[in-house]
Amino acid sequence: MNVSYKWLTEYVDLEGITPDELAEKMSRTGIEIEGVDYPSEGLKKIVVGHAVEVVDHPDSNHLHICQVDVGEEVLQIVCGAPNIAAGQKVIVALPGSRITGNKKIKKGKMRGVVSNGMICSLEELGYTDHVVPKKYAEGIYVLPNEAVPGEEVFSYLSMDDAILDMSITPNRADALSMRGTAYEVGAIYNKKVTFPELDYVEDPSEDIKQDMQVSVENPADTPIYSIQIIKDVTVKESPLWLQTKLMNAGIRPVNNIVDITNYILLEYGQPLHAFDYDKLGSKEIYVRRAKAEEKIVTLDEEERTLSPENIVITNGEKPIALAGVMGGLDSHITDETVTVALEAALFDPISIRKTAKALNLRSESSARFEKGINLATVQEAGKQAAAWMAELAGGRIVSGIAEARSVEAKDVTVSITLEKINHALGTELSEDEVTSIFDQLGFDASISNGTFAVIIPPRRWDIAIEADLIEEVARIYGYDNLPSTLPISASHPGYLNEKQRLTRHTKHFLEGSGLSQAISYVLTTPEKAAAFSMRESDRIQLEMPMSEDHSTLRMSLLSGLLDDLSYNIAHHNQNVALYENGRVFYTSSEQTLPIEEEHVAGALTGSLQQADWQGKEQRIDFFVIKGILEEMFAAYGLVEPITFVQRTDLPLLHPGRTAAIMLGDEMIGFAGQLHPSVAKERDLKETYVFEFNFQAIVNAEKHATIYQPVPKYPGMSRDIALMVDETVSNKQIVEVIKENGGKYLTAVHLFDVYQGENIETGKKSLAYTLSYLNPTATLVEEEVSKAFDKVQSALVEQVQAEIR
Amino acid sequence: MEMKEQLTSLKEEAMKQIKDSHDLKALNQVRIDYLGKKGPITEISKGMKKLPSEEKPVVGAMVNDVRTAITEEMDKQKEELERQALQEQLMSETIDVTLPGTAVAKGQGHVLTQIMEEIEDLFLGMGYQIVEGPEVEEDSYNFERMNLPKDHPARDMQDTFYITDDILLRTQTSPVQARTMDTHDFSKGPLKMISPGKVYRRDNDDATHSHQFHQIEGLVVAENITMADLKGTLEVFAKELFGADREIRLRPSYFPFTEPSVEVDVSCFKCGGKGCSVCKHTGWIEILGAGMVHPNVLEMSGIDTDKYSGFAFGLGPDRVAMLKYGIEDIRRFYQNDIRFLNQFKVKE
Repeated sequence: MNVSYKWLTEYVDLEGITPDELAEKMSRTGIEIEGVDYPSEGLKKIVVGHAVEVVDHPDSNHLHICQVDVGEEVLQIVCGAPNIAAGQKVIVALPGSRITGNKKIKKGKMRGVVSNGMICSLEELGYTDHVVPKKYAEGIYVLPNEAVPGEEVFSYLSMDDAILDMSITPNRADALSMRGTAYEVGAIYNKKVTFPELDYVEDPSEDIKQDMQVSVENPADTPIYSIQIIKDVTVKESPLWLQTKLMNAGIRPVNNIVDITNYILLEYGQPLHAFDYDKLGSKEIYVRRAKAEEKIVTLDEEERTLSPENIVITNGEKPIALAGVMGGLDSHITDETVTVALEAALFDPISIRKTAKALNLRSESSARFEKGINLATVQEAGKQAAAWMAELAGGRIVSGIAEARSVEAKDVTVSITLEKINHALGTELSEDEVTSIFDQLGFDASISNGTFAVIIPPRRWDIAIEADLIEEVARIYGYDNLPSTLPISASHPGYLNEKQRLTRHTKHFLEGSGLSQAISYVLTTPEKAAAFSMRESDRIQLEMPMSEDHSTLRMSLLSGLLDDLSYNIAHHNQNVALYENGRVFYTSSEQTLPIEEEHVAGALTGSLQQADWQGKEQRIDFFVIKGILEEMFAAYGLVEPITFVQRTDLPLLHPGRTAAIMLGDEMIGFAGQLHPSVAKERDLKETYVFEFNFQAIVNAEKHATIYQPVPKYPGMSRDIALMVDETVSNKQIVEVIKENGGKYLTAVHLFDVYQGENIETGKKSLAYTLSYLNPTATLVEEEVSKAFDKVQSALVEQVQAEIR
Repeated sequence: MEMKEQLTSLKEEAMKQIKDSHDLKALNQVRIDYLGKKGPITEISKGMKKLPSEEKPVVGAMVNDVRTAITEEMDKQKEELERQALQEQLMSETIDVTLPGTAVAKGQGHVLTQIMEEIEDLFLGMGYQIVEGPEVEEDSYNFERMNLPKDHPARDMQDTFYITDDILLRTQTSPVQARTMDTHDFSKGPLKMISPGKVYRRDNDDATHSHQFHQIEGLVVAENITMADLKGTLEVFAKELFGADREIRLRPSYFPFTEPSVEVDVSCFKCGGKGCSVCKHTGWIEILGAGMVHPNVLEMSGIDTDKYSGFAFGLGPDRVAMLKYGIEDIRRFYQNDIRFLNQFKVKE
């Protein structure tokens, strides 16, 4: 809400308090002020002018040559506005002036004619299109006749004001009005708030009963509905003071009747609606729920199809307004209106909210009904509006109010002990201090036995429980004045749980191995979401996604990592090694919510180590990622072994270069080369990926470090080179070696694999170092030789190795 | 005495020649020349038998002294020459130390993770537990249990991704707090927790908005928890995360699940409070939302509000990182460009 500083001073004395100071104080004690706007800031030398003569420009079909009296002189100004006319009082930007956007106005010529300045529209002074009266939307603004040529225009337009941009949280709807704001300002400065007396005179010769009867279908929907009738009004432009008040608040002036309803909306926070009485088509108003498929054409000339969620105002038969949201086109105020039926009401917030939301019709009125209004001033606001209609439109107020009412405004008493307040805030406030805070807020508080009984007036309907009072005391006392302490409680240790600990370990390990952590989008396309999924699951999709790209929950982390890789490659980062830890989502038939499973994945391309002056680059291949994973899994201390098993059938992966990661007999993940055709689709080069179910690691049985004494005796080693069929796997050979290596064999290390020149086609050569150690004695040469011979012959026999 | 003089001059001569030997070969020649079988000292020894017997021991001792002195001097010179030779050899092995060192493949933790872990560690140290919860939540936990019934106007503050009418992507990590309060056994002590994680809002992505971002929320529920405790805790937090000189200030605000609710500003860590572009010339940066847990929220978890009270706070690591490093676009966090990721090497 935009709050005029000048308007506020009508209700509360702000002597010595600048708008900026007020804004700061309000922000620190209750309501955030997002900014203070000085409408005339940056504008200069803009004065009232009197257009004494207006003639058409000889060389133009739309320009006019105007002689404008600006007080001390008469200036010739060329003006293109269609609505310029002799005799008008206009806004003149003198030569050397500045208009909005810091634009400087200079003397010049327009089609050969000298122009000494510019006649301005409101937009040229910085007004936005949607507040400028329609009449002046396409041209210059015309000031009232009493404006004095040569004087600055700012005071005429109330541009010498300061506008506070108030950001009101849903709990402080009481401040969504000038009166509410005045109470707030009065409370924080401990100043008295005064409002003008209501000057309301009814015409006793007519009784509303003759003209109007109101009833409501459901008092819960419409606790208060009232109509007043104002007759013999003249619909015309509002006086300038009223128009400028509305414009400063961001509302477009329309005509005096509509402007008055908006003015009261701003002053009281009470939405009103004015009907053209003669167009109602009956002397009756009935408020009810709309019927399904019922229709109304609203003020904005849109036909709306209604549902029983909407409350409508009817003339007994058909809807004439959408309650609290927007009036109907048929009964709206026009220049011809002579009798006004003025509605002041209270509607159910939830229904208003649903209606406004469903029809996408959020308005100043609906916003206030949604958040609540002051029950005590529903009728007062209506009377005030009627009084203004009498004054500004020459109307007569028919005596009496047609009303259906099921609630009365009541004070509410909230009790709280001094102890509770001090206990909640950590303060040591005295009874007197708290009493004076309540007094400042305008709450009557009495105290007995340490308990306050605080009487809350209806204007603060947000206060109902102890916590509300504590908040009021805290903010008025000042948060800066609260002490700072730390909670005193039994101390208990904070520690990472098993999963958190393992997650950190995994992250550090992968980072130490050269992979950087990525955080990708969880929402992706339906197609990508299902790619690489390790489980059967339906896709989980959003009801209303913002875009197809972010519509479905991922079932693998690789979905996002491959996007990241593509992004990097597209930006010429050739060597990329990323990992991610996070959740994937599967549907579940057993629980309401989806299954969220923690995964870890990686995607790598290019080289892990670039070629440098000392040597060759380390290209990423299957064995690079396998090496990282093996070392990482080793550090978990898993009781069951992790193995890599060749798989040719995993989708999207290279059939010859992919392994399943097995924990015991269970597949928990995979590692391999991204299928070259998938890589090509995504503009990727040779790419290696892995993903595994991290939750399975967390859940798996683990052992602690098993210490073995450092050997006292030296070990021995033997190298063996052998040639086998290329189909024989390393795993097979190592198994044979281990089975036959004897009790002193401690390690088998592969140090060479060769295939190619000098080797028979279909064969490969491998070389291993076998290490032996006897922990209790020095090894004897013959023991090792004997064991080694046994390995050799087993290899010959079992894998048809040719020992070289 | 002729022999004695001869020995003295021999010694002097030898010493000089040793000093003049600039390599091991020359030094060896000196050894051969003086101490060799055909050298003058050997000659003198041989000539000793002609001496009168009373002079024999005197000259004999002198010969030995000269021999020892020469040998010692030679050893010394040899050592010196070897040292010089080694030095020369090492100098010939000189490398260009300005050549780049052998690269180590090292990845980085994501900047958001770094910030979250820093916060986690601070609160672990103060006895808090880190609790995680589902990212796909029930409407009731995400909103209703946070004192936001259906059709409450404050629901507009958070545009939500729904999967069904009752299931949604959490818009805040607060539902974790409700879940934890439900199960916490207060007879075993106070509840002190933080809940970090991803949250989602129905937003169009641009430089300052992201449909996915992170939150860390903290909650303490115990007997005798006051707003002063909240203020003190946040002060510790601000100083830890942004520097020891930081101050905080509380401004009233509104969150449905706390009352009183406050927004917490930290004195600007760029300018120290003088005013700069980071703090929009106010000297303060809004960084946290906080408040005393609303009694409705406690009661919905079956917690006795006469006995227990609590505070809660929350902040966005994305925003913290953007402010701290001047990151211009929130989408950078989720594009994962390595030129972005690998910048955050300094572990603060």
